[in-house]
Amino acid sequence: MRVSILQFPGSNCDWDSEHAVKDVLGIPAQRVWHKDQLPAETEAVIVPGGFSFGDYLRCGAIARFSPIMRGLKEFAAKGGQVLGICNGFQILCESGLLPGALIRNDCLDFRCLNQPLVIEESNERFNPGTFGESIILPIAHGEGNYRADETVLSALEENDQILFRYDGNPNGSMNDIAGIRNSTGNVYGMMPHPERAVGSHHPCLDGLPVLKAFFEPLMQSRPCEVSVS
Amino acid sequence: MKVTVFVSPKNTVLDPQGAAVEHAMKSLGHESVEGVRVGKTITFKMGGSDSPESREKLDKLCDGLLSNPVIEDYRYEIEEG
Repeated sequence: MRVSILQFPGSNCDWDSEHAVKDVLGIPAQRVWHKDQLPAETEAVIVPGGFSFGDYLRCGAIARFSPIMRGLKEFAAKGGQVLGICNGFQILCESGLLPGALIRNDCLDFRCLNQPLVIEESNERFNPGTFGESIILPIAHGEGNYRADETVLSALEENDQILFRYDGNPNGSMNDIAGIRNSTGNVYGMMPHPERAVGSHHPCLDGLPVLKAFFEPLMQSRPCEVSVS
Repeated sequence: MKVTVFVSPKNTVLDPQGAAVEHAMKSLGHESVEGVRVGKTITFKMGGSDSPESREKLDKLCDGLLSNPVIEDYRYEIEEG
């Protein structure tokens, strides 16, 4: 098993993520309960979307203290690949694996739509050469309004840590930020849902290049068959 | 001891909820209202009494779980008993 998909009480994108990784990309994956240990053979982790612990207190605030988070932090510190999607992004921010915080959308509405995104030149995996200048991904969140202080924000800009920005800001996010990575380039967080854009029953297939870019280090270390190109 | 923790959005951080509540207050005729911020209170009982050690524990609890220092401030009140 190469990809671990964390499951908290209230996670609801765990199965979609597993489908996208295992059935569509052909990479072995399994869901791992938050009270279990992170399996030793894990090569990448997805922290999926949903409403972990009912979003009580703050989104991701309680999941942060789940037993599996200790293993996740050690995994990330060793350079392991981690992707947080939607609530997963909120959890990574709460746990300090990514900078900043996500607060209530400025419109106070839950935004559920197919969102155009502008691709930023972030690193060799996430850039307009890989994805094109813009893509569309589904968003579905009430707390996606990215906030950070000026120092953090300018560091994100200067180090090219912004992956994509909203084209038409749906939630009030600072600098239109929709997704970021950490400075070392192994922890990624995004409010849009790439796992909901990987099949003919989805609004588009723009999630595929995003997931492939994230999993690229795994592909290089031990190539595996990819069912959709 | 009985503890009440007050968590509020930092002054530098946008508070969409506060803005919406302010709008509602103004539409009820209270035009002079401004600067509405919506926070939360968390009350609980805890062993021990008001001491530097207890306050250190409480600060850790507030910084780690009850508030997010990136976006929120907190203060607390302690009642004995």
